[in-house]
Amino acid sequence: MSGSAPLFAGLEASWRREPGRVAIEESDGTAITYDALHDLADRARDHLRVLGVGPGDHVGLCMTKSIDAVAAMFGIMKAGAAYVPCDPNAPPARNAFILSDCAVRLAFVEEKFTAGVTKELAALGASVPLVAIGAVGGGAALRGALDARPAAPAAQDATPSPDDLAYILCTSGSTGRPKGVMLTHRNAVSFVDWCLETFRPVPDDRFSSHAPFHFDLSILDIYVPLHEGATLVLVDHELGKDPAALAEFIARKRISVWYSAPSILSLMAEMGGLTGRSYPDLRHVLFAGEVFPIRHLRSLREQWPAPRFFNLYGPTETNVCTFHEIPMTIPKERADPYPIGKTCSHLKDRVVDLDGAEAKDGSGELCISGPAVTPGYWNREEQNARAYLPTTDGIKWYRTGDIVARDGNGDYVFHGRRDRMVKKRGYRVELGEIEACLYTHPRLRQAAVVAIESDAGLTVKAFVCSHDGQRVSIIDLKRHCSEKLPLYMIPDVFAFTDALPTTSTGKVDYEKLKKLA
Amino acid sequence: MTSQNQDVIEAIKSFVLKEFLPGEDPSALEETTPLITTGILDSIATLKLVVFLEERFGIQLEAHEAGVEHLNTIADMVTLVAGKRAQGGS
Repeated sequence: MSGSAPLFAGLEASWRREPGRVAIEESDGTAITYDALHDLADRARDHLRVLGVGPGDHVGLCMTKSIDAVAAMFGIMKAGAAYVPCDPNAPPARNAFILSDCAVRLAFVEEKFTAGVTKELAALGASVPLVAIGAVGGGAALRGALDARPAAPAAQDATPSPDDLAYILCTSGSTGRPKGVMLTHRNAVSFVDWCLETFRPVPDDRFSSHAPFHFDLSILDIYVPLHEGATLVLVDHELGKDPAALAEFIARKRISVWYSAPSILSLMAEMGGLTGRSYPDLRHVLFAGEVFPIRHLRSLREQWPAPRFFNLYGPTETNVCTFHEIPMTIPKERADPYPIGKTCSHLKDRVVDLDGAEAKDGSGELCISGPAVTPGYWNREEQNARAYLPTTDGIKWYRTGDIVARDGNGDYVFHGRRDRMVKKRGYRVELGEIEACLYTHPRLRQAAVVAIESDAGLTVKAFVCSHDGQRVSIIDLKRHCSEKLPLYMIPDVFAFTDALPTTSTGKVDYEKLKKLA
Repeated sequence: MTSQNQDVIEAIKSFVLKEFLPGEDPSALEETTPLITTGILDSIATLKLVVFLEERFGIQLEAHEAGVEHLNTIADMVTLVAGKRAQGGS
């Protein structure tokens, strides 16, 4: 794509070249051609324009992963607006907060979620017009919702500048509230271009879409195949958690490029029964979002000897910024995870110490600059001020918060988080947000959450003290968390204690808690 | 509720308490307590539970039955097991 093209230009080009090819296929086999997808996106655009949506606006999306949702995203961008995808499985209160906080002009919401979202928006005193969409699938629900509206005249595609927003992805925030990472057309297009150059997709490719659409992995999933006239195969939510069914799915659907967090690949390696099938089409296995435990990676490599494996690394604020190809054979004696690798060609890197000065020994916080770096968080001035290195040359160096060092080959090796943010199943989890939730439980006096990394993955453990010193039901605690937090943020383990250990300055002593854990 | 169902409830309840809720007050685990949507059962725990249900009750679960729709509460699991047994004629 040309650097000044909007993110939806790839779909336009593929549609012109081969309108009859299949653009997207859902898990049950329902498919849509480029022609029909393009038409549905245009119709969504036209109705959005009638509804007053235009350049500079944000439009929410709270829908199950589907052809309908992808068409809505393109429609929103074609109208000149940015889409704000919510996790439809997250508590309605969280989604209502996101829609309200991101100041969406309106939101497409699947009917089964409208009651919950409406109630929680009212509780916030927020008013967001919702466009209700029936049970999604195949694009029919979005089409039906548009058909039910008064006819809209055909509009032109907007011509966003490269610095206009394409989408906002909400991630866990340290204050206990999610925050929206703003991504421009330039940010997304520069990343997609890097993917095209690196993974060389072809029209016969069939890309998996395992990650949900509110997750940044979805950007590669959606925009790389659709740019090339290839097919995107959506993996639905329940199927996506079942390792044996997924292995069968990858073989039967002839997936050629797989991309997901390592956790589901670990499960497939251990319990997927991979060796019972053949995968002649699978040529790339990409993973990102967390450290891939070497034991599981080795097992996967042995069961899938043919495809190339790539470890991709990067926060939502830059999307992928470093990458490393895993060798065809992983030595038995290797115990360390593989490096996050070298910086992608469209970006620049530097490593700084805790004071923001160039790290003398090469070990420190990784900072990234270049066209894929976010202009900042929506409506979070304080966090925006901290997100970048203070510089005088006008270049934005995003501070990843990740501590890295270089190995003998010049590859970056990940050494942990600077602050208290961890990755769980590929999602960013701010431990403080979990604590904030626990503090709202009526029986708890104190709470502190730590993350413990082991060979088996990451465990989130909550230390809690009750007002009366008595044990609180785990069922009660988990239920409380499930009403306020997405599933992946609910602590795995609870421990009861009389009082939390503190440091000399009276702060919770997390290092001591980690040792206790 | 038949006595056969009561046996199924007790067997599942004691398995869940022992495997996934050690130390929990047994009376806090009710037939309607959500287990998957509250994170009490994660994906590995759910797989273990499926293996338990299949072996203990001599049934075979399909992939689409091994999710939140059929396994979120003990009541859901009892319905699933009873349905499977009726199909199998046992």
